[in-house]
Amino acid sequence: MELKRTPLYEAHIRCGGKMVEFGGFEMPVQYKTGVIREHMAVRTACGLFDVSHMGEVILEGPDAVANLNRLLTNDYTEMAEGQARYSPMCNERGGTVDDLIVYKMPDGRYFIVVNASNREKDVQWIQDHLTGDARACDVSDSYGQIALQGPRAEAILSKLTAPENIPLKSYHACWDRDVGGIRCIVSRTGYTGSDGFELYAPAEETEKLWDLLLEAGADEGLIPCGLGARDTLRLEAAMPLYGHELSDDISPLTAGLGFFVKMDKPDFIGKAALEAAGAPKQRRVGLKAIGKGILREHQDVYADGRLIGHTTSGTHCPYVGYPAAMAILDAEYREPGTRVEVDVRGRRVEAEVVRMPFYKKEK
Amino acid sequence: MHFPKELKYTKTHEWIRFTEDGKAYIGITDFAQDQLGDLVFVNLPEEGDALTAGESFADVESVKAVSDVNSPVTGTVLQVNEELQDAPEKMNEAPYEAWFVLAGDITETEELMDAEAYEAYAASEG
Repeated sequence: MELKRTPLYEAHIRCGGKMVEFGGFEMPVQYKTGVIREHMAVRTACGLFDVSHMGEVILEGPDAVANLNRLLTNDYTEMAEGQARYSPMCNERGGTVDDLIVYKMPDGRYFIVVNASNREKDVQWIQDHLTGDARACDVSDSYGQIALQGPRAEAILSKLTAPENIPLKSYHACWDRDVGGIRCIVSRTGYTGSDGFELYAPAEETEKLWDLLLEAGADEGLIPCGLGARDTLRLEAAMPLYGHELSDDISPLTAGLGFFVKMDKPDFIGKAALEAAGAPKQRRVGLKAIGKGILREHQDVYADGRLIGHTTSGTHCPYVGYPAAMAILDAEYREPGTRVEVDVRGRRVEAEVVRMPFYKKEK
Repeated sequence: MHFPKELKYTKTHEWIRFTEDGKAYIGITDFAQDQLGDLVFVNLPEEGDALTAGESFADVESVKAVSDVNSPVTGTVLQVNEELQDAPEKMNEAPYEAWFVLAGDITETEELMDAEAYEAYAASEG
């Protein structure tokens, strides 16, 4: 299969990006600075990410909100224009088709952002399950997306746009605003655990926006960051990644996303299965390594002399400074302070269940 | 990228520096550390462990992945550079000072390249 390129491919080559395959795209895993410095830039200054590989779907029609409430586990009944809301999307078995973010557009339509690797699957799933008067349209190729993440993000963005174009609150967006002469959706969201923005721009102008942001951020410590840092940052912030903490066979309740599953809604796809299953027998937990070694995904976890689950993601977390993992374990082992052992390539490394996230930004 | 003339190199990107008394320091090359990215952990053998030419004796971990480090010689570990465990970034910053082990009792050595041959080999891999 031929790999797709985002509108920023040439920019990555110019910036010295090391390109790898991800979700069917050729993406930078890191630049010359390396993953650790890119990670630290986001926690202490600012980082710039190409996230154009994400998919965007517009849902419209008089029955759009009813469809959202049926397709997704979160409740979309009350939503202000420009507001964004995260939700898992379940299959009939209560497993997870994808996790996504829905924005209410100023014209009443809905803008849905899905994972790159699930784009075709999601569009098919949504279209197969639409009822009444509603239409879903995949607009992914029209948009580029850039994430500007870190404590200096607002200061950098302020150099390119007026204050009224910058959303004050997290999970809010300003629609069709001028940023450096480019019409953008300016959303205060991200996947790093630090403050920041995600900017959606017309595909043909995304490279110009990238260059403008890099220039505006040069004296604020802004550097381009690759998928390597994106992964270590989201892990440090204990954010689930589809294919790791969520899958067709992992329910959002197992993944600890109960807050986004509104069981009091009249109905949604997967509700009956989640009700029938009752309290999840396994739960996602955070693990901090106590022994020496780096925890990785797909490692067996033991306690009381038996296998109690496995890790789903793991790495050395650069900002908090210790190796951490997320794991799906038998529910009785989820209490913080519980000691477990992780099989790290044949060697048992001691670890402790800790509260997630590993990193939390100061208010 | 830098490949000191006084060292020998393996196809699996280790360097080896023989001492006058027939022992050898072993580490990973500048090319290897550049390809691996930021190193955050090293799993080292213990003093007295046996080394086998062409087989893994240590592993290094970057934020993204684990990689084996192979021994260019068959022999015994005389000394381990424990400092790397506390400062794995030394392997990135100064790969030719960041030796892993000092090997002795060497009975066999793998086929090695000189700096010039290794540089050409690394360029073809990179």
